[in-house]
Amino acid sequence: MHEAFLVMENGEIFEGESLGTLGKTLGELVFSTGMTGYQETLTDPSYAGQIVLQTAPHIGIVGMNQRDEESDRIWVAGYIVKEPSRISSNFRAETTLEFELEKSGVVGISNVDTRAITLIIRNAGAMRAGIFSGPAVSSEAQMLAEVREAPEMKGRQLSNLVTTPNKYSIPATGPKLGTVAILDLGIKRSTLEHLSQRGLEISVYPASVSADELLSNSPNGVFFSNGPGDPQASDGQVALLQDVLRAGTPFFGICFGNQLLGRALGFETYKLPFGHRGINQPVLRRDNQRVEVTAHNHGFAVRVDGDEALSPAGFGRVAVSHRALNDQVVEGLQCLDIPAFAVQYHPEAAAGPHDSHHLFDKFINMIKG
Amino acid sequence: MPKREDIKSVLVIGSGPIVIGQACEFDYSGTQACRVLREEGIRVILINSNPATIMTDPDFADATYIEPITPEVIEAILAKERPNAILPTLGGQTALNAAMALHARGSLEKYNVELIGANVAAINAGEDRQAFKQLVLAAGADVAKSAIARSMEDCLQAAEMLGYPLVVRPSFTMGGLGSGIAYDEKDLRRIGGAGIQASPTSEVLLEESILGWKEFELEMMRDTNDNTVVVCSIENFDPVGVHTGDSITVAPALTLTDREYQNMRDVGIEIIRAVGVDTGGCNIQFAVDPADGRLVVIEMNPRVSRSSALASKATGFPIAKIAAKLAIGYTLDEIPNDITGVTPASFEPSLDYVVVKVPRFAFEKFPAADTTLTTTMKSVGEAMAIGRTFSQALQKALRSLEKRGSSFHFGNESRSVEELLSLMSRSTDERVVQVQQALYKGASADQVFEATKIDPWFIDQIVLINEIAAFVKSAPELDRKTLKKAKEHGFSDDQIAELRGLTEIQVRELRHQLGLRPVYKTVDTCAGEFPALTPYHYSSYEQRSEVVPTDRKKIVILGSGPNRIGQGIEFDYSCVHAAFALGDAGYETIMINCNPETVSTDYDTSDRLYFEPLTLEDVLEVIHAESQSGELLGVIVQLGGQTALGLAKGLEAAGVPILGTTPENIDRAEERGQFQEILNAAGLRAPANGMATNLDEAVTAAQRIGYPVLVRPSFVLGGRGMEIVYDEAGLDGYFERIAQHALVDPEHPLLVDRFLDDAIEIDIDAIYDGQQLYVGGIMEHIEEAGIHSGDSSCTLPPITLSDSQIHRVAEATERIAKGLNVRGLLNVQFALAADVLYVLEANPRASRTVPFVSKALGITLAKAAALVMAGTTIAEIVGAGGLPSVDGKDLPAGTPISVKEAVLPFKRFATSDGRFVDSLLGPEMRSTGEVMGIDSDFPTAFAKSQAAAGSALPISGTVFVSVADRDKPQALLPVRRLAQLGYRILATSGTAKLLARHGIKAEAVVKHSEATSGVRSIVDMITDNEVDVVVNTPSGANARVDGYEIRAATTAADKPIFTTVAQLSAAIGSFEVVREGAFRVKSLQEHALDRKNLIHG
Repeated sequence: MHEAFLVMENGEIFEGESLGTLGKTLGELVFSTGMTGYQETLTDPSYAGQIVLQTAPHIGIVGMNQRDEESDRIWVAGYIVKEPSRISSNFRAETTLEFELEKSGVVGISNVDTRAITLIIRNAGAMRAGIFSGPAVSSEAQMLAEVREAPEMKGRQLSNLVTTPNKYSIPATGPKLGTVAILDLGIKRSTLEHLSQRGLEISVYPASVSADELLSNSPNGVFFSNGPGDPQASDGQVALLQDVLRAGTPFFGICFGNQLLGRALGFETYKLPFGHRGINQPVLRRDNQRVEVTAHNHGFAVRVDGDEALSPAGFGRVAVSHRALNDQVVEGLQCLDIPAFAVQYHPEAAAGPHDSHHLFDKFINMIKG
Repeated sequence: MPKREDIKSVLVIGSGPIVIGQACEFDYSGTQACRVLREEGIRVILINSNPATIMTDPDFADATYIEPITPEVIEAILAKERPNAILPTLGGQTALNAAMALHARGSLEKYNVELIGANVAAINAGEDRQAFKQLVLAAGADVAKSAIARSMEDCLQAAEMLGYPLVVRPSFTMGGLGSGIAYDEKDLRRIGGAGIQASPTSEVLLEESILGWKEFELEMMRDTNDNTVVVCSIENFDPVGVHTGDSITVAPALTLTDREYQNMRDVGIEIIRAVGVDTGGCNIQFAVDPADGRLVVIEMNPRVSRSSALASKATGFPIAKIAAKLAIGYTLDEIPNDITGVTPASFEPSLDYVVVKVPRFAFEKFPAADTTLTTTMKSVGEAMAIGRTFSQALQKALRSLEKRGSSFHFGNESRSVEELLSLMSRSTDERVVQVQQALYKGASADQVFEATKIDPWFIDQIVLINEIAAFVKSAPELDRKTLKKAKEHGFSDDQIAELRGLTEIQVRELRHQLGLRPVYKTVDTCAGEFPALTPYHYSSYEQRSEVVPTDRKKIVILGSGPNRIGQGIEFDYSCVHAAFALGDAGYETIMINCNPETVSTDYDTSDRLYFEPLTLEDVLEVIHAESQSGELLGVIVQLGGQTALGLAKGLEAAGVPILGTTPENIDRAEERGQFQEILNAAGLRAPANGMATNLDEAVTAAQRIGYPVLVRPSFVLGGRGMEIVYDEAGLDGYFERIAQHALVDPEHPLLVDRFLDDAIEIDIDAIYDGQQLYVGGIMEHIEEAGIHSGDSSCTLPPITLSDSQIHRVAEATERIAKGLNVRGLLNVQFALAADVLYVLEANPRASRTVPFVSKALGITLAKAAALVMAGTTIAEIVGAGGLPSVDGKDLPAGTPISVKEAVLPFKRFATSDGRFVDSLLGPEMRSTGEVMGIDSDFPTAFAKSQAAAGSALPISGTVFVSVADRDKPQALLPVRRLAQLGYRILATSGTAKLLARHGIKAEAVVKHSEATSGVRSIVDMITDNEVDVVVNTPSGANARVDGYEIRAATTAADKPIFTTVAQLSAAIGSFEVVREGAFRVKSLQEHALDRKNLIHG
């Protein structure tokens, strides 16, 4: 065990013990309040570029297994855990957290006052930070300087980092209902499973794909995935989505996909103070006034005034379909004049409650017409 | 959906007396519910027979009925109050069963009253095990294979299909009563037979064994809009096989992947929908096969439960409060989360800490009882601890139990690893320490897993704790880093001292020199995502504290810790009242307690709540933290029972101001020699007495005093180790029995008192401010002296004492109060024998009877006492209307009579061969709770108290009489009256003969010991429900066996039993009363009006 330091942009420094690989990592420091599903968090591409703090104190108890991976690698830029487990105890565990963190070269820190750090972020907002351990440890001033030189999340484009390099396909499970073209901005495996299990044949495209190529096989639907980065920095994908909407192809977006839909419709996006990251978030479905407990992982959101507005980009009427009950943030958009909708949160969950799986059925119904 | 406007008044049914499986958590939930409903402008009508509850304070309802919770009485209340709805889901199984009985009688229809919170169909679906299983299967979830049995034949057939071991669960019983695990046919015959008996529907469920699986629980809430949330997941440290109330439990669940957890959540939601719990809380228990993850549903409770109270405290999400709001129509998203103030209740709390609950047992009170933990709950209380890690929370929880040997220790362990491994394969209250000791002595984690099936992660955490212990022990120096490591894993200064060969105080001083103190974190429901408005804190050894400084004057109130026999809800009642009164008087109140069942640990009760163990170390650290952030006036120790009192000296030594009577004076009351001086100075008399630190001294003392003697260790509560000894052989036996409990040593001598035969015992609760004595109430015990005051029934006002006797009691009390320089509460016990008043003991602290006195006379004694401790005078309190001007020694004629009756747990405890433990009363307290009957005359009040205690007197039937020779003369009159009233009298041959000579017709029956084959003994008749009332007073050693058989059978058959003639005589009038018809009901508020008229008009 080596000493390790968490250095925050605002000058706060916490000393702890090293976790994973020794070295240095820089990123945006965020906290996630999920009490289960650390493996899904680690492998969620949306966390690219972020140092993730788990507010749950014991992480690693159930080990790691292939089935629960949301992508084929760990994406977090750094990892902060109060007390990592010494052993794995679950019949599905294949390897341990420590092993996987080291294998993936993730620099982490443990045995720090994670609650104090969480409260700092809550009060001051998500900020840049660095974890330094082993040979990377230097003077506090030096480490702080390095943190302050790191790029800020605002304005950062990370899609190219997490997207698939090449197009690939996934067959429908069971009888085929139709085809869907997916823009991979950091897609999670669960999302692909939900779509294929419902009879869709899937083509996954890199983030840089052109509209012509995306629509080349006349897919029955288009889907934009979740992913990391600032939606303001993704003009290319916004233009692409506008082409899709103009073509009238049914569209469904999740998380980053929701932000891009917002922008494509002509709305603004903005950075939340410290974001929503947890699996206990109440969202009000405005169509039936019911509450769903949902998984969130977003630092940006779409701004819409009122519950219904006209698309400034000329796509007709747009309803705010979902709102976060904690802070009234827009959590879903439903176009009323074109076949398009998106949610800011994660209906695929993983990790998280399954309350919103029905949105995939909604997409299927939209495709079926 | 907003509040329903058609509900203007609601009847809330409480849970009655504290019994095992149903404790003060229901006072916590009921109090919350009453509060919420009143805030919503609804007229609240409450019934609860338990006077020691906060909910029965007249402030919490518009009409409060301290009456027996029987369908007849509730119906009388319905007729009188005509509520629109009944809320039966916050009063445990008692309330749910009452609601079902009302439904069956047609009372709901007759009075056009709706059940809210749960409907009859949902209650049935949740409680009827077979229906529930079908429903689970229909919802696509799995259950353990099972069969229903209504006879022994059914049982044996089912066993062939399911194989052994199998689990037996009777339908419609609470706390798992009557259930157990059968390993073979013999077990099955025993447990199955008893189960069919215990079930009101005479059916039991037999189930495939899932022993050794992991057990989980989800606390869920649903609203009328079908929004469902999981408030808390709970994981049992003990695998399936131990009742969850007896298990060490952990929140949140820790050993599930998200996939498994969400699957469990999905199943839970399907079930709550299928059962039809429209609004409110429910808990569902699951078992998971650790080998392949197979999930089966064990059971659900369609109501607020013990686990809900735990979940509320564990998460900060007030389940009962929200359940009450949902019941009147609100939806979860319309209800704000109290703690954040800005977010709604329709979310799932996230914890950034670990909560551990450990049960507290009372096996030492029932030496014959089998200590094996099974599916029948046996614990009497629980402690909860919050830590930032599991190891910290577990160690804090274990030391919160305040029981010798309950914490992990690192000294000599005489038992071998093999012995320990073999011991731990049976689950008992000592298992967790056995696991730690075995691992410390070198057992492998695998060996422990094989023996216990405890999840390997939990075992590894204990390995970790042992490793830290070894690290601390072997560290070259006890430096800051080493100490901090130990503290992070929950080690107490005391444990570190043991490891380093130091004293606790040395470790503490060193720690403070090194600047190592805990910080305090906040329970906020959301893992820090939103600011918390509610200061609900726990300690951790980390960097940043969240205690917000204030400029108000602060008073710390020490609670009473986990419930145990002798120290329970009554003390919490006083603590809560102190918090209310001092809060109203403008002080900032700070509560420290570790009992999750209580109202005192509701974050609404005090200005700040610290959920911490009540040890000197933990309390001193809270006091330090609070002193850093404002002015601390002092600490109140006299309300939290022996727990808080025991800390007084240490606190004082550390320079902490104690409010109220000084620790020195508290000691003088306990210390025999000094107390004798006070009595001498006051011209008062105590029974002849002496002290002894060993057997020889005890024998000498007893010879001088004369047998029989009453022996008891000093500084214990609830009569622990107290016995009446008739001869030297008895003393021998006594010392043998108490040897292992280390109750007597030179610092804590044994008290030896002359036992007064045929004395009337009197209890008084009073307040003294240095100038004036205010008598709260004077109670006369119904049983003669020698039965612990906590187990005896008593009446207020006294029914045989004259005014002059009452005034003598008050005067004597005042002299003692002066002698002890009391500030606050004083309880004195007297015995009146041949018109001579003897002082038995004086306790300058809150007594168990404070709430009873308060309810019986409509005064707020504990509140006044708290103000006196803070410096207000009695005259000022009376002047401000805080106490009536006429005190408890001058009660006007016409004052209603209140009878307190104890409720005993004998039925919970079976010996290892499956029979019930002896139900005899004695000087050691064994009751878990109490009820009160109030009416204008004693016979009615007594009859109500019996009905409330669950042994209603029958209006006709058969009475069996068997009394000791010395009791025979006194028994004649009451038995004659019973015969005149038409009861059939059975008696043993000796008693029958005597009765016949007095012209009382009695049929002779055969004693158990005389029974020959083919002849049915009295025990058989009791077992077969042919006897309705049993009168059995204990006699000499020969008859003891027969007596035991009779009492055990009576307990098993749930029939009223009188073990003293005094009790029977008192009850005679009551037999007449019950034959006259249903009880009349009167609310406390009406009684208060009457009292006002009595005094002023």
